[in-house]
Amino acid sequence: MSLSPAFAYRRKAINHSMQSPATSPPLISCRKVTKTYVMGTQKVHALKGVDLTFQRGEMTSIMGPSGSGKSTLMNLIGALDVPTSGDLEINGKNLAKLKSNDLADLRNETIGFIFQQFNLLGRSSALTNVKLPLRYSRNPLKDIDARAAECLEMVGLGDRMDHRPMQLSGGQQQRVAIARALAGSPSILLADEPTGALDTKTSEDIMDLLTGLSDQGITVIIVTHEHEVAEYATRRIHFRDGEIERDERATT
Amino acid sequence: MKFGVALKSALEALRANPMRSFLTMLGIMIGVASVMAMMAISEGAARQVDAQISSLGANNLTVRPGADRRGGRSSGAGGRTPFTDSDVEDLRSEPYALAVSARINGSGTVVAGETNWSTSIYGVNTDYFISQAWNAQEGRLFEDREVSSGQAVAVIGVTISDTLFEGSSALGQKIRVNNVPVTVIGVLDKKGQSNFGSDRDDVVIVPITTARNRILGGNATTRNYVSDISVSVTPGYDMALAQDELEERLRVIRKIRPGKDDDFRVFNIADFIRARSSTQATFGILLAFTAAVSLIVGGVGVMNIMLVSVTERTREIGLRMAIGARKQDILGQFLFEALGLCLIGGIIGSGLGVGAAELASKLGDFPVNISPTIALVSIGASVLIGLFFGFFPARRAAQLNPIEALRHD
Ligand SMILES: Nc1ncnc2c1ncn2[C@@H]1O[C@H](COP(=O)(O)OP(=O)(O)O)[C@@H](O)[C@H]1O
Ligand SMILES: [Mg+2]
Repeated sequence: MSLSPAFAYRRKAINHSMQSPATSPPLISCRKVTKTYVMGTQKVHALKGVDLTFQRGEMTSIMGPSGSGKSTLMNLIGALDVPTSGDLEINGKNLAKLKSNDLADLRNETIGFIFQQFNLLGRSSALTNVKLPLRYSRNPLKDIDARAAECLEMVGLGDRMDHRPMQLSGGQQQRVAIARALAGSPSILLADEPTGALDTKTSEDIMDLLTGLSDQGITVIIVTHEHEVAEYATRRIHFRDGEIERDERATT
Repeated sequence: MKFGVALKSALEALRANPMRSFLTMLGIMIGVASVMAMMAISEGAARQVDAQISSLGANNLTVRPGADRRGGRSSGAGGRTPFTDSDVEDLRSEPYALAVSARINGSGTVVAGETNWSTSIYGVNTDYFISQAWNAQEGRLFEDREVSSGQAVAVIGVTISDTLFEGSSALGQKIRVNNVPVTVIGVLDKKGQSNFGSDRDDVVIVPITTARNRILGGNATTRNYVSDISVSVTPGYDMALAQDELEERLRVIRKIRPGKDDDFRVFNIADFIRARSSTQATFGILLAFTAAVSLIVGGVGVMNIMLVSVTERTREIGLRMAIGARKQDILGQFLFEALGLCLIGGIIGSGLGVGAAELASKLGDFPVNISPTIALVSIGASVLIGLFFGFFPARRAAQLNPIEALRHD
């Protein structure tokens, strides 16, 4: 399996395409975001007041020990959950003001999720899996088959469209999942440990793919345990105990 | 809700697990089949009752001498004053009387050539044929002048015609009825079984005068006596009112003093049959109820499987939500899945129901009536069951928290 040339990027430690963060309004902004889980009498403060903004086209990695709140933050940005306090804005829209259906539409149009366990529908073909978000779209494309096929080609799986997840390797399954996340042309890709279930070589391929997407202007946020993976990102955030420990941009 | 997506997802799920889908449908199939069979059977029975009532002829009130039995006591069985021809003539002037038929009945032997046969013998006036709505399928009925002159003519039932003449025409044949030679002038329409199980076509009917004087000779029958009178009520006239007026008139005719009990009975055989059929109807409702219970049990089965399905596919639901499915989309998907199970089960089940009803009809020798309405009602019921029992699991799916759903294993 080889990548299409456009995405044959290699690991890079430098930022060459950063827009100046100060000038354009942030795509994502978190202000004093907290999240507290209540379990019986016990309270877990998963996020303790996080202030963060993400620019368009930025590629960010989030690292930190297990339980430090990384997934919680991803779920909040992905409009799958609501913060206990603080504000979350995407594209200038305050998520707290959106109704359930609007949140669903936001996830459909603006956000693409990539999971560690791929979360593909096992009984459906790669193509059907990629079509799924397009089917739920409120502004449906005329030819969703064509769009899904295009996305599968983008991730280098043009010849595996009729394969079911079982008939694909882990890396290929994650590519299908990326194609699915891309199908609705989102501006944000949220990947929570996307390489957690993959070997090193496959992880590199996946990261090359995500880097290429970020270069195309998609905002990519990747949660990872692996330094090699984190190094693909131009911005690296470290979490500890629900707080930002470090937030640094790679420089030339 | 995106209708097409929900439908498509539901069908994909049904196809993904064909054995489970089939077993789940089985409950609905059996339920719908039994509802359908029960409805077909009770509808058939109702039609049969209607047919019996209309075969009795139009709204007849039958009059018999003898008091009503009350509390097990018969008030003077010996003191039955029979009705007579003059009573019949008297009743003709009643405003509601379309026809007043008179009949005496007895039994005897009919002989044609070598064949002899025991049968019922009726002596009747011509109104009898009107009140019974009975016509000749071959030849003709006798006329008033033949009654008044006591002609030796007879019309015979199909059973007699078939037995004595075996296919050759009975018309014009001489038969001996209780040794009296009479000429067959007509063969009656087939009436089939009576409400009490006897063969109504096993009968020889002669003019009442002929019967009295020659065929059913005996003390009682030789005079002007009539065994029973049947008054056909003009269509549109209220039957209950007619019955009251008839009873009133009879009390006058029979000189019953006020306060004394009637020494006659007036009854409406149609009411009699309806009363009997209402017992059947109650039984039918019970059966239908049982069938409906089995349909509901099928629905509970669907709900059970849908709940299992929601649990099994929790991650899938979470994923669908994460990629933009609205709550209603999820609700619709699972509702359609339940509906699909019930609708397909319902359609197959109604096919089975038709088969079951036909089979029951053959084995049990009773009529069934399978109408498109019944099929639609059965399938409609299964769809309602699907909606009802599918809603709870579907709502459970739609209410799932996407994060917890995604974390489910
Ligand atoms: N649904 C939940 N209910 C209760 N506690 C939770 C829930 N989700 C996460 N937590 C807790 O919140 C903290 C942060 O979790 P998470 O964001 O998943 O961490 P990470 O992804 O960095 O490993 C952990 O202590 C975790 O146990
Ligand atoms: Mg995590």
